Amino acid sequence: MSYVPDNLKYTASHEWLEDLGDGKYRVGITEFAQEQLGDIVFVELPEVDESYAQEDECGVVESVKTASDIYCPLVGTVTAANDALEDTPELINDSPYDDGWIFELELGEDADLGSLLSAEDYRNSIVDDE
Amino acid sequence: MKQTVLNQAHRDAGAKMVDFGGWDMPINYGSQIVEHHAVRQNVGMFDVSHMTVIDIQGPEATAFLYQLLANDITKLNLNQALYSTMLNHEGGVIDDLITYKLADDDYRVVVNAATREKDLAWIESQIIEFDANMIEQADTAMIAVQGPKAIETLQPLITVDLSETKRFYAAYNDDMFVGRTGYTGEDGVEIIVPSDQAEALWQQLIDAGVQPCGLGARDTLRLEAGMHLYGQDMDEHITPLECGLGWTLRKDNQAFNGAEALAAKREAGVEKKLIGLVLEGRGILRHDQVLVDDEGHEGIITSGGYSPSTEKAIAMAVVDKKMNPDAVKVQIRNKTLPCRVVKLPFVRNGKSLIEA
Repeated sequence: MSYVPDNLKYTASHEWLEDLGDGKYRVGITEFAQEQLGDIVFVELPEVDESYAQEDECGVVESVKTASDIYCPLVGTVTAANDALEDTPELINDSPYDDGWIFELELGEDADLGSLLSAEDYRNSIVDDE
Repeated sequence: MKQTVLNQAHRDAGAKMVDFGGWDMPINYGSQIVEHHAVRQNVGMFDVSHMTVIDIQGPEATAFLYQLLANDITKLNLNQALYSTMLNHEGGVIDDLITYKLADDDYRVVVNAATREKDLAWIESQIIEFDANMIEQADTAMIAVQGPKAIETLQPLITVDLSETKRFYAAYNDDMFVGRTGYTGEDGVEIIVPSDQAEALWQQLIDAGVQPCGLGARDTLRLEAGMHLYGQDMDEHITPLECGLGWTLRKDNQAFNGAEALAAKREAGVEKKLIGLVLEGRGILRHDQVLVDDEGHEGIITSGGYSPSTEKAIAMAVVDKKMNPDAVKVQIRNKTLPCRVVKLPFVRNGKSLIEA
């Protein structure tokens, strides 16, 4: 069973969100997602200051196997992107919840936090795929 | 799904299994990149038991293969191997394969798994005019041991003596067939054994420190080596002349299946060619991405991916023969990125051949 930290929120498309306070969230992809992708070799980061709607494609993670879109988990504006991934994309494999974070998002006013999954809900959503 | 006799061994080694053309096969055992480097720098092994082994025997075995194959079977020495295409009458590629000459009247042919049924049907339809027989060796397993340390690691474990076996030659005894061939661009062998001996051999190789490698690493290794993958880089809708396999066609005596179609194609003008590409800048080249130049010529990537040995995105592509090599661009999602045309292979014997 992949590690799913209790303190984070999740999407069905395998992003995680960490609440940084003041309406800001840090976003990455889950351990389960990186396991499914295999060795990650390229990340296309979202543009800082760009605004996205919920579920907009805002970046791409490419592994040896395949390219996978990153979806913006909630409406908002990107305030930071993890530039370290440009040279060391494998950080997502090695440390998906920490050094492998992808971007930070300042939520828009009508962000639908209720659409996110709890750790328990996310665990249940991936159990059939493992 | 079909399984090889090593299925449980793969699972025991922690393999992630996938459906590969109806076969339940390992894609990796944890990290495809680690497996790739093991083959380039040390030694790795692959279960390729899904491939089909066919023996062609009889007084007219040579004459038959001379018609069936577009390369020249008659130039083989005893125990030597030959890479060839097998063409239909339109010059399209039915399959690519390796043939080992075991005797003047005895050859061993190894064909792709995905093309097994149509290959067998085609060979059967062609062999009837000859005094020769086709015998499928179904109860065999095949393990490829590849890498600079392949021979020294394997030799103490087996009774077949490889000391005199040069590259692209085979040696064998009653229990084991060892061809010094492969699909990685490294030294190594492909071993054929009776199915009931495969697990023991696999375990011995594990115990000797050989890294099990999945089909993922097999694909990045062969792409770096500039080796074609049937179904991607060529198929029945393209001739060897148009996909970088002209070097495999024999020059004299054109009496092989597809030769007339190839002659007509040469006469009319060959309009496509296969090239090697390196992406300039950031991104990954993938199968089916579209190429353009500054003069309206087009092409398509037939095999592409991340190259662990060069740390670049590389690809093979079939393009318009008039494509301007200095202005090739690839469309990746909403971007158009420049590519550099390079000679194949990208990597040989552990070293990158891409100029900086």
